[in-house]
Amino acid sequence: MNFHLKVWRQKDTNAPGTLEEYEAENIPAGASFLEMLDIVNADLTRKNIEPIQFDSDCREGICGTCSLTINGIPHGKGRGTTCQLYMRKFQDGETITIEPFRADAFPVQRDLVTNRSAFDRVIQAGGYISERTGSAPDANSVPISKVIADQAMDAAACIGCGACAAACPNGSAMLFVSAKVTHLGLLPQGKPEKNRRVLSMVRQMDEEGFGNCSNYYACEAVCPAGVPAAFIGRMNREFTAASMKEMVGMSV
Amino acid sequence: MTLDSKIPPGPLDKKWTTFKNNAKIVSPANKRKFDLIIVGSGLAGASAAATLAEQGYNVKCFCYQDSPRRAHSIAAQGGINAAKNYQNDGDSVYRLFYDTIKGGDFRAREANVHRLAEVSTSIIDQCVAQGVPFAREYGGLLDNRSFGGAQVSRTFYARGQTGQQLLLGAYSGLSHQIATGAVKMFPKTEMLDLVVVDGHAKGIVVRDLKTGEISTHAADAVLLCTGGYGNVFYLSTNARGCNVSATFRAYKRGALFANPCYTQIHPTCIPVSGDYQSKLTLMSESLRNDGRIWVPKRKEDCGKDPATIAEADRDYFLERKYPSYGNLAPRDISSRSAKEACDEGRGVGPGGLGVYLDFADAIKRLGQKTIEERYGNLFEMYQNITGENAYERPMRIYPAVHYTMGGLWVDYNLMSNIPGLHVLGEANFSDHGANRLGASALMQGLADGYFVIPYTLGEYLTSQFGKKVDPKHPAFEQTLQESKARVQKLINIKGTKPVDYFHRSLGLLIWDYCGMARSSEGLKEAIGKIQQLRAEFWSDLKLLGDPNGINMELERAGRVADFLEFGELMCLDALVRDESCGGHFRTEHQTPEGEALRNDQDFAFVSAWQYTGDGNMPNLVKEPLVYEQVKLSTRSYK
Repeated sequence: MNFHLKVWRQKDTNAPGTLEEYEAENIPAGASFLEMLDIVNADLTRKNIEPIQFDSDCREGICGTCSLTINGIPHGKGRGTTCQLYMRKFQDGETITIEPFRADAFPVQRDLVTNRSAFDRVIQAGGYISERTGSAPDANSVPISKVIADQAMDAAACIGCGACAAACPNGSAMLFVSAKVTHLGLLPQGKPEKNRRVLSMVRQMDEEGFGNCSNYYACEAVCPAGVPAAFIGRMNREFTAASMKEMVGMSV
Repeated sequence: MTLDSKIPPGPLDKKWTTFKNNAKIVSPANKRKFDLIIVGSGLAGASAAATLAEQGYNVKCFCYQDSPRRAHSIAAQGGINAAKNYQNDGDSVYRLFYDTIKGGDFRAREANVHRLAEVSTSIIDQCVAQGVPFAREYGGLLDNRSFGGAQVSRTFYARGQTGQQLLLGAYSGLSHQIATGAVKMFPKTEMLDLVVVDGHAKGIVVRDLKTGEISTHAADAVLLCTGGYGNVFYLSTNARGCNVSATFRAYKRGALFANPCYTQIHPTCIPVSGDYQSKLTLMSESLRNDGRIWVPKRKEDCGKDPATIAEADRDYFLERKYPSYGNLAPRDISSRSAKEACDEGRGVGPGGLGVYLDFADAIKRLGQKTIEERYGNLFEMYQNITGENAYERPMRIYPAVHYTMGGLWVDYNLMSNIPGLHVLGEANFSDHGANRLGASALMQGLADGYFVIPYTLGEYLTSQFGKKVDPKHPAFEQTLQESKARVQKLINIKGTKPVDYFHRSLGLLIWDYCGMARSSEGLKEAIGKIQQLRAEFWSDLKLLGDPNGINMELERAGRVADFLEFGELMCLDALVRDESCGGHFRTEHQTPEGEALRNDQDFAFVSAWQYTGDGNMPNLVKEPLVYEQVKLSTRSYK
C-alpha cells in the first residue's frame, strides 16, 4: 500500500512546528501504524533527512507510550492504541495527517513526542493506598464482591496514555483521574483515604492546566482501555462530598 | 577466582528465617544517611524503590521510559504464582519450590528458589493491600488458575493484565514515595555505565534522553533492575527499548555474567508475518488451560481450512506426548514440540511456521460467554493483529523469545561480585535455572524488590559507615569521559546503514544459531558472523541528527552496540555448555524421543563469565550447584 503523509515536525518545545509531507511506499497491509513509520524513517535516513521522532515501547497496546493524533483522532480511528492500529484499516493512496497529542498540559518535546509527566504528578498527589510493605493482612481476610472487583478492574485498566485529554476540547484529564479515583475508591482498602485522595488529585489536575469536563464524551470514544465516562460522574460525587466535609471543617 | 554464594547454613526450609534472625540491620537513624541508586522501574525496581524509601533510605530511581509506569513488566499477561493453597488442592511452599526447581531443569540455586516460594504468599497480601484488583469468585475470595509445569491452581491473575496491575500497584507505592521526597525519579534517563571506585559500585553515568546531557550520580550502593536481554533476538515479545546495556556495562566493569545462554522461548505467540515486523505479540499461556494445540497429521492437510480436517486427522501433539500435563507442559518443552512439528512440514499458516490453538472444545463445553470472560481481551488482540476471529477458527501460534533466565551473577544477598552492586528481577540469574515456569517472573521481580533486598541490603551497607564516596573522585570523571567518547564515536562513523539493519541481522543470527536448537558447529559459525557484523557496525553505521536532544536512533545504536558484543558471549556460553537443559537445547544431546539430555556429572554448575578485555576470551568461573534437599532427576511431564 502507499500513503501520503503529513507529519508534524518540531525541533523542540519552544520552536514553531510545521506539517511536512512524505510518501510512505510499499507498506504491507499487515504492518502496524508504527511499523509503517519505521519504514518511512528508514527511507528518510537513506535520503539524509532526520527520522521522525515518535514514542513507542511495548507495541502491544498496554504500556501507554505511543501517542499519535491520526487524522485528528488520538490513536486514530477504532478502539485501541496507535501501535495496535493496522494499515489494512486505511485506504490505499490515502492522505494521513499525523500530529502529536494536543493538550495544554502535554507540551511537545520534539516532533510527535510530548511530555505527559503531568499524569505522574496527579498520581503522586494521591493515586495510591498508603500501606507499608510487610504490614498487609492475609489477602483473603477481606472478601470483595466479584461485581466490585470487576468494576475496580474496569477502572484500573487505564493505561495512562493521555488520549482522553488529547481528545477533549477542554483538554480535560477527568477520565484519567476518575479512573484512579474509582479504582481505589471502590475497594475497601482504598476507603480510608477516599476523601483526601479525590480532593488532592483533582486539585493537582487543575494545577497542571487540564480543563474541566463539559460532558462531550470524546474521551470515552478514544480510550483504548475502554474506561467509561460514567466514572467522571462518580468522581464528581466523591469530590462534592469530600469538599462539603472540608468546607464545614470536618477533617478529611 | 572463586564465588561465594553466601547461602546461610542450616536446613533448607530454615535458611531464610535463620538469615533474617541474624541479618545486619541499619537503624532508622542511619538509613537516611545512605543514598541508593536504582536503575529500572519495573516490578523489581519500583517495588525496591518504594520499599527502601519507605524504610528511610534516600533513593534515586532511573528509567528510560517517560514514566515509571511504562516499564515492560506492564505487558505480562497471565498471572503470578503463590503457594497460598486457597484452592485446597494440596499446594505448599515446598511444592512451589520443587516445581520451580524442576521447571528450571535443576540448574537454579536451591536456597534462592526456596526463599522465593516462601515469600510468594506475602506478595499476594501486599498487592491486595495496595488495591490490585485480582480476579475474585462470587463469594468475594480470590480466584486462581493453572499454569504450565504445575498440577495445582496457584496462579493469581487480573484478567489478561496481571503484569499491568502489579506494576501499577508498585508504581503507586513509588509515586507515594516520590511525593514524600524520599525518591527522586529520573524518567527518560538511560544508564550508560557503572562507576566503580576502589572496587566498589558507587555510581552511574546516565544520559538524559530529552537533552542528551551526560552526567554522573554517586551513591552508597547501586541496584540494577533493568530486565532481560531478549531483544538480542531483535524479534521478541520485549518492548522496543528493552536492552542489555546496564548489565552488560556492569559486566565490562567486572561483574560476572551468569548463564547468558539460558533464554526462554514462549510457545504461544502470534507467528511472524513479514520482515517489516518490529515485535512479536504474546498470547498468554493461560490460554492453554482451555485451548488445545494441534497440527494436521498429514502434511497434505496443512493448507486446508482447519474446520474441514477430521478429528482423526489431527495430532494433538502435546496431549499425545505428555499425557499428564498435556497442553500445560512447560514452555521449553511445548516450544520445542511445536518447532518439531513444523520442521516435519506439518506447520500451518504462512511459511508453515505455526500450530493451531483451538478453543472449539472449550466453547462447546463452557459456552462462548465463559471463554469471552476468561480471555476476551486476548481474542480481541488476536483478531486485531491477524484479522482472524478465534472464536470461529483456531488461533495460529508459534514460539517467540520471551524471557531470559541468565543475568548478572548474584549471591544470596542479591549482590554481584562487585561489592555494592545489587541486581534484582530478570536482570539477575538466580531463580529460574535453565527454564522459567509461567507466572514466576512477576513473583520473582516482586519478591526481590519487596521482600528480599530490604533485608539483604544491610549486609553491604553496614560495612560502609563513614565511607561516603566523594563524587569528585577521579573515577566519576573518567567514566563520564569514556561514555561521552563512546557516543561521539557512534556519531562519527558516518556510514551508510541504519541501526535497524544491524539489529535485524544480529537477531536473525541469534535466532538461527542460538534459538530453540543449538549445535557446536552452528554456534562456532555464529560467533564468527557476529564478529564480522560488529566490525561492519563500527565502520558502516549511519546516524543522523543531533546528540543534544531527543534522538532515538542514537539511543538504539548504543543498545545495539552492546547487543553485538553480548550476542557473542551468549553463543560462547551455549557452546561451552555441552549438554541440553531447559531452554538450552543442544542437538548433540537428546534422548531417543528428542527430549533434552542433561549431564549432571559435568554441568551441574552456574557458568559465570568474567570480562578480560575487548577481543580476549572471557574467563569462565564456575559456581557448583549443590543440592541438599532435592534429588536431581530427569524432568518428566509425561
